[in-house]
Amino acid sequence: MQIQLSEADGTPYYQQVVNQVKFLVASGRLEAHEQLPSVRGLAQQLTITPNTVARAYRELEAEGVVISRRGAGVFISNGVSPLSNKEKRRILNERMDALLTESRQLGVDEETLLKLLRQRSQKFDSHQEVEK
Amino acid sequence: MSEHVIEISNLSRRFGKKQALSDVSLSVPEGCVFGLVGENGAGKTTLLKHVLGFLKPQQGSVRVFGLDPVADPPGVLGRIGHLSENRDLPAWMTVRELIEFTRAFYPKWDPVYAEELRMMFELSLNQKVPTLSRGQLARAGLLVALAHRPPLLVLDEPSSGLDPVVRKDILDAIIRTVVEEGRTVLFSSHLLDEVQRVSDRIAILDQGKLLLTSPLDEVLVSHYQLTIRFLEPQPFFPQLTGALMWSGSGREWKIVCNGQKQELESELELMEAEILDQTAPTLEEIFVARMKSAQRASAQE
Repeated sequence: MQIQLSEADGTPYYQQVVNQVKFLVASGRLEAHEQLPSVRGLAQQLTITPNTVARAYRELEAEGVVISRRGAGVFISNGVSPLSNKEKRRILNERMDALLTESRQLGVDEETLLKLLRQRSQKFDSHQEVEK
Repeated sequence: MSEHVIEISNLSRRFGKKQALSDVSLSVPEGCVFGLVGENGAGKTTLLKHVLGFLKPQQGSVRVFGLDPVADPPGVLGRIGHLSENRDLPAWMTVRELIEFTRAFYPKWDPVYAEELRMMFELSLNQKVPTLSRGQLARAGLLVALAHRPPLLVLDEPSSGLDPVVRKDILDAIIRTVVEEGRTVLFSSHLLDEVQRVSDRIAILDQGKLLLTSPLDEVLVSHYQLTIRFLEPQPFFPQLTGALMWSGSGREWKIVCNGQKQELESELELMEAEILDQTAPTLEEIFVARMKSAQRASAQE
């Protein structure tokens, strides 16, 4: 499991670990039943305190992303996590906010933006078919 | 994390006319990495010297493992691994002699661990201490601080003036220390990205006074940075609730704020100012903002 912590903003490290594990699950890089590194192992890998990792794992467990089995370790939950839709939406929301901000600054109204998006999507699909 | 390894209450210290510490109270729980930050001369080293029992409190009290470090040096110092700011290692010794010499003081010295650290740090036994580079000196100091597996590690500016490779060794040693059950680290630093990375709790000292002591996560989430845009250009930044520091000119300003978000938002609304962006400031940005705000407050006194 590769996690990249950023010092460029003040998001607490436990939160960064939580977000990135969720992202890895949503994007399929972590699969159901896969074992996560131990608390101590990840702490040493990332040079953060074990308390931070433990807090991230507790949070992920409370949200149903991982299950911890006593003595065995921490594993990704079974099946498609109910969270993964919510998580996908969170990731998309961030992108959409950026898009909306930009289009407003450029003076493009919502109607036009939706039209452009639809056009783009069609172009994108046909382009992919060509590639196949 | 139930017990407090270090308990400092109302500690004050004066050197001649200079008030080095005034009424400082803080506690360090077991198993935590505690980062002490502040500008040069803020009192960090003085505080650490009280923990080590090198200075006797003029007012207030210091307890380490529940003991008075001045009255019971073996009970306290024997359980602390310590790296001082100027790495005062005996200059006439070789690395081998340094290891043997230090070993004699600690019944719990672990020779296997010492050797492992020596190999990891690439220190050769026959090298003389004065010929060591800054980085090697820090590694040698760290070796003798760690090899008796102390329950408490006290590091004064461990990475100042060192290159990134040695700094990484030091951070790894801090993490390795707490990863081993129940150990505690207290360190001072002005490299705030490092403090943000490894600390569970932090304290900010400013001119001998404790500005803040809190879990790091709480410090990070209670501060926020806004980019705001006023209707009209502002010659000076207006008075706003919770704003610690501001920069900018004309209509757009960037501010670092602490708490009181609702009050601030309604004030901005009254001024018809728009929030363009909100971000989470780094510990360094928070520290600078706190310092500026404290300086302003003391200038007004």
